[in-house]
Amino acid sequence: MLEIKNLHVSIEEKKIIKGLDLSINKGEVHALMGPNGSGKSTLSYVLSGKDKYEINDGTIDYNGKNLLELDVDERANEGLFLAFQYPMEIPGVQTSFFLKTAINSKRKYLGQSEMDALEFAKLMKSKAEELNISTEMLKRDLNVNYSGGEKKKQEILQMSMLSPKMAILDETDSGLDIDALRIVSEGVNKLRNSDNSFLVITHYQRLLNYIKPDFVHIIADGKIVKSGDYSLALELEEKGYEEISQTA
Amino acid sequence: MAATEQTIKQVNTLGSSDYKYGFSTEVDEIRPPKGLNEEIIKFISAQKDEPEWMLEWRLNAFKVFNKLPKPQWAKLNIPEIDYQDCYYYSIPKSLKDKPKSLDEIDPEILKTYEKLGIPLKEQKMLSGIAVDAVFDSVSVATTYKKQLSDLGIVFCSISEAVKTHPELVKKYLGSVIPVSDHSFAALNSAVFTDGSFIYIPEGVRCPVELSTYFRINAMNTGQFERTLIIADKDSYVSYLEGCTAPMRDENQLHAANVELVALDNAEIKYSTVQNWYPGDKEGKGGIYNFVTKRGACRGKNSKISWTQVETGSAITWKYPSCILQGDNSKGEFYSVAITNNMQQADTGTKMIHIGKNTSSKIISKGISAGKANNTYRGLVNILSKAKNARNFTQCDSLLIGNQCGAHTVPYIESSNSDSMVEHEATTSKINEDQLFYCQQRGLNSEDAVGLIVNGFCKEVLQHLPMEFAVEAQKLVAISLEGSVG
Ligand SMILES: Nc1ncnc2c1ncn2[C@@H]1O[C@H](COP(=O)(O)OP(=O)(O)OP(=O)(O)O)[C@@H](O)[C@H]1O
Ligand SMILES: [Mg+2]
Repeated sequence: MLEIKNLHVSIEEKKIIKGLDLSINKGEVHALMGPNGSGKSTLSYVLSGKDKYEINDGTIDYNGKNLLELDVDERANEGLFLAFQYPMEIPGVQTSFFLKTAINSKRKYLGQSEMDALEFAKLMKSKAEELNISTEMLKRDLNVNYSGGEKKKQEILQMSMLSPKMAILDETDSGLDIDALRIVSEGVNKLRNSDNSFLVITHYQRLLNYIKPDFVHIIADGKIVKSGDYSLALELEEKGYEEISQTA
Repeated sequence: MAATEQTIKQVNTLGSSDYKYGFSTEVDEIRPPKGLNEEIIKFISAQKDEPEWMLEWRLNAFKVFNKLPKPQWAKLNIPEIDYQDCYYYSIPKSLKDKPKSLDEIDPEILKTYEKLGIPLKEQKMLSGIAVDAVFDSVSVATTYKKQLSDLGIVFCSISEAVKTHPELVKKYLGSVIPVSDHSFAALNSAVFTDGSFIYIPEGVRCPVELSTYFRINAMNTGQFERTLIIADKDSYVSYLEGCTAPMRDENQLHAANVELVALDNAEIKYSTVQNWYPGDKEGKGGIYNFVTKRGACRGKNSKISWTQVETGSAITWKYPSCILQGDNSKGEFYSVAITNNMQQADTGTKMIHIGKNTSSKIISKGISAGKANNTYRGLVNILSKAKNARNFTQCDSLLIGNQCGAHTVPYIESSNSDSMVEHEATTSKINEDQLFYCQQRGLNSEDAVGLIVNGFCKEVLQHLPMEFAVEAQKLVAISLEGSVG
């Protein structure tokens, strides 16, 4: 699915990712943990194609394509989804309209006709119910005056409606209350299948109790310093980054 | 009638060469010679079979025009207009000169129509090929003709109203925009060709939206448009001025005068979606759109509301205004002005508070892209008798790219201490992170800009009648194409 080799990235001359390797296969869930400022969000932006990052070295293969050559919207329509750490507010644009526009952009890219209005309404309703998002909410402007947790749930709603092949969740758990955490995790688990993959960025082992990862990676200073299975997250919780990095 | 009959009449004149006024006419054209003089005015009046008093009125306006100083432009870069180098009665060139099939039309234009969702038949009509299709476009007027006349509503061309309702025309024409108001007002009064006339009788709520969709520009007579709308006591009307087609002409002058009169408790809602040809990327060609629109809230509790979406024209110079004479009367102005490439827009409103407890609201959204310039220029004038007057003004500007400009020029004059005037203004650049977010959800960069800009304009667009709102949203997106990288 995704194969990152020797990735070096800088922004405004500042080196942030310094030789990162990561390989994610179909059907796998990978967790990425690491201290603040270690480059997790940067990696998610580079994968989704945000401007201004300079790729100094390395390759990224996405389903046999050179990911770095694709535009942001091409990557998205090829099934790459980023649940933002800080989702954007778009004033004047109704959430439901945004969802419809996103779905139809993808369908257009895939050469399909627009989704019928009724079919869309049904889909949105059922997905929103699963995530305990009210229909009132969907009539409001996208993310405008949403609470922190509501924004995160909105990201997951968008994800479940677009059903991506490769989803990157950047600290989706931060800001969620206990119930929301469970609901969102259930949403993610429901989407999981043998054809798609997840990269879950988090600071808290708690999330991984709900979304059981196949692999856990620890990133420090722009490199993956340790990889393991779920038990690595437990170990990290116990020892902290300092000690783990040293034993690496 | 009239729209249909009028159209038939005009179509008929297309086919025949008409030399009866002794003007030397080039073989394929039915046009008086260039230039502005009394002969031309008499020619126009005669072409329209106008009564004597109308001709007198025109000739008087021409005298006034000659005496008035030419307007001084603020913020706009306008080449001097040579009035003697213009045609004043522009019946389209003979059909021979028009493209005969869709294949002969610039594919760019066709693409724009397709994106607007305008069906093929109307594409042809807009391009001036199948003139018969014009009949369909006036169906709004004709379909409801019986219903309207049963209610006593008059909806016809101004040329026709001059003949059928001379008492109303004499009473109100030039009563809101005096002939001597400024140079273009006088010019329009002298040479106006056509436009709409509406009269809503006392106590009548017009049950349909009245519209001149496509009509004027399809016939290419819109350069000196004149519209007059009168809402008698306790009446209501909503009028739409249609999305005019892009035109392929040279720089062309469009100087319209629009007058609205609202009597006691009457309400007029006037919406415009202006999409004249803006010129090419280098700023060649395009319409000079100099429009005087003014509404008089003459009666108590009357209301006039202007909503405009201005996306076309090389230069737009337009300040739809309200004269709030009646006590408790209300004026509103909702505007979206988009300029891209080399376009210039200088638009805004004037709210003149005369009566007691009058209130006005101004919401202006200016969007500039490319090398365009966009100016909001507004005047809120509260006279001493306007006790307890209120105004709220909000002007927001959005910039796309680094080479465009936005300017906000609010003038506030208040001669009254119990009045309250509030003004808010913002200028921002389009947010890169918002664009990235939308693109990450699969929208291409143009759709992303369109979505964000439509969100920015929502407060204004939601005041358009439903049928128009959807089209206006598409237009907003289309006019910004190519503005991002
Ligand atoms: N535009 C920028 N200019 C300069 N430095 C930047 C820029 N963007 C990010 N950085 C720096 O890059 C480093 C990595 O940031 P990043 O957001 O990827 O961290 P993170 O691992 O996601 O942290 P957190 O856990 O706090 O979310 C930080 O030191 C940050 O300050
Ligand atoms: Mg981060």
